[in-house]
Amino acid sequence: MILDKSEVRKIAQLARLHISDADVDEIGHRIKEILTLVDQMQSVETKPVEPLYHPFDAVQKLRPDVVTERNNREELQKLAPKAEMGLYLVPKVLD
Amino acid sequence: MEWESIIGLEVHVSLSTKSKLFSGTASTFGAEPNTQANIFDLALPGTLPAFNENALQMAVFFGLAIGAKIGKRSIFDRKNYFYPDLPKGYQVTQLDFPTVGKGSLTISLEDGTEKVIGVTRAHIEENAGKSLHEEFTDQSGIDLNRAGEPLLEIVSEPEIKNAKEAVAYLKKLHSIVRYLDISDAIMAQGSMRCDVNVSIRKKGDNKLGTRTEIKNINSFRFVEKAINSEIIRQQEVIEDGGTIIQETRRYDANKDITSSMRSKEVANDYRYFPEPDLLPIVIDDSYISSIQSALPELPDAKQRRFISDYGLSKYDAGVLTATRELAEYFEQVAKKCGDAKSAANWVTGSLLALLNKDDIEIIKSPIDAERLASLIGRIKDNTISGKIAKNLFEIMATNFSSVDELIEKRGLKQVTDVGEIEKLITKVLNDNPNQVQQFADGKEQVLGFLIGQAMKASQGKANPEQVNELLKEKIKQKR
Repeated sequence: MILDKSEVRKIAQLARLHISDADVDEIGHRIKEILTLVDQMQSVETKPVEPLYHPFDAVQKLRPDVVTERNNREELQKLAPKAEMGLYLVPKVLD
Repeated sequence: MEWESIIGLEVHVSLSTKSKLFSGTASTFGAEPNTQANIFDLALPGTLPAFNENALQMAVFFGLAIGAKIGKRSIFDRKNYFYPDLPKGYQVTQLDFPTVGKGSLTISLEDGTEKVIGVTRAHIEENAGKSLHEEFTDQSGIDLNRAGEPLLEIVSEPEIKNAKEAVAYLKKLHSIVRYLDISDAIMAQGSMRCDVNVSIRKKGDNKLGTRTEIKNINSFRFVEKAINSEIIRQQEVIEDGGTIIQETRRYDANKDITSSMRSKEVANDYRYFPEPDLLPIVIDDSYISSIQSALPELPDAKQRRFISDYGLSKYDAGVLTATRELAEYFEQVAKKCGDAKSAANWVTGSLLALLNKDDIEIIKSPIDAERLASLIGRIKDNTISGKIAKNLFEIMATNFSSVDELIEKRGLKQVTDVGEIEKLITKVLNDNPNQVQQFADGKEQVLGFLIGQAMKASQGKANPEQVNELLKEKIKQKR
């Protein structure tokens, strides 16, 4: 299994994590360990096993369609670093 | 080179629940920014989803309406990506086990034939918020009112051949959703949105070409234009020796072109996994049949009934069943006036022209079904002529008195009294001796002119059939 520095950087970018150059090797090494474990798990024969979607053997309860929350914008926007004209402000994003 | 295009549609419909998909926050359109965004919708730590039963019912309702297989066990998954209007960092959706499985709907093509378009699936998911990039410099404003609003994403099979079929499919979908009343489905307001996948291949090829996806088109007309423009672009690229890149594009309506939305960033991997905060949604046959029993008569069935019960043409029946409200209006008129064909003619003709002119919805029509029915009734009982009725219809659009009152007050009553009509005719014949002579010389066309003069003299109120008959009689006597 190959995991070079550029791959570590790409994964970090996808996860929006900033990592310093000094840490790249160490992180790469740790990811590799995880991937080795994943490989080991991949080798297990799972065909006869029914996939598990949730650890609990239970069914989702449903909520009646009723409005229970009130407008609490003023309080909530106090938690935000920046809000203006009712909007939460973030560094400019363009897709 | 002959090309053929293959189109698939992904349509997002906002479900018109009162509250959001996973929280008790109100979910109505047009509220002040962030006044419908509470702790769960903002993804504050420790909050958990509580699934809205109405969203499930609406999804099943839709599934049954398109004859789809209903998933008795549906599972929510997380689709992970980073964007500021998605505070959780993931969208909850249904990947492998959607609530609505394979179904289909039938579209009518311009040549009168029908075509069945497969629906691959429809899954429940939550909406993201809205980012506003224009208002601020170096900052984006985030409105999370829409975040967590329930959506149904309806995915078609790639069985649509051209832009016209795509629009017909979209309109049929819109009509079904409106009949079921599970969404406002107003494209301009975003409660119905459409992503289009387009690819082309040489005619006769079996392999699909590389497709592009055009995102977020917000009107029926633009869907048609965007597809046509993208098909031409792809043809030009290939004919110039290029290849199509699989990518997301946007449609610019002003320039009538699509352009790439590709960002410089690394392509996203959504890292789907089952949503651990929600258990599987399990429903049984009795749940499904109780919803089935609430299904209204759908547009196709209604159209067939209008043809067989009222003897309407397929085209008229199609127009009249486009929306449930219009169909109800027509049926009210037909029942009250007892003449379905006249009712259909008036509704598809004068009424729709009146409404379309000012973009008025049928439920806000200035002429309600009752008044239109009595107008038709007054033509049938010969109180007014068809021509007068057209004028009266125009008056009724701005004057809300009853039909009988208007006829009375404006003196529109048709003259059927033989004596009075005879008087009119005698005067016309005396005033136009030249034409009478021409008729005597065998020039029968002048009859039309003389009838016109008589009608004019009666201000359109004389019964045209009587005028016709009596005039012929009188003029022959003169010969």
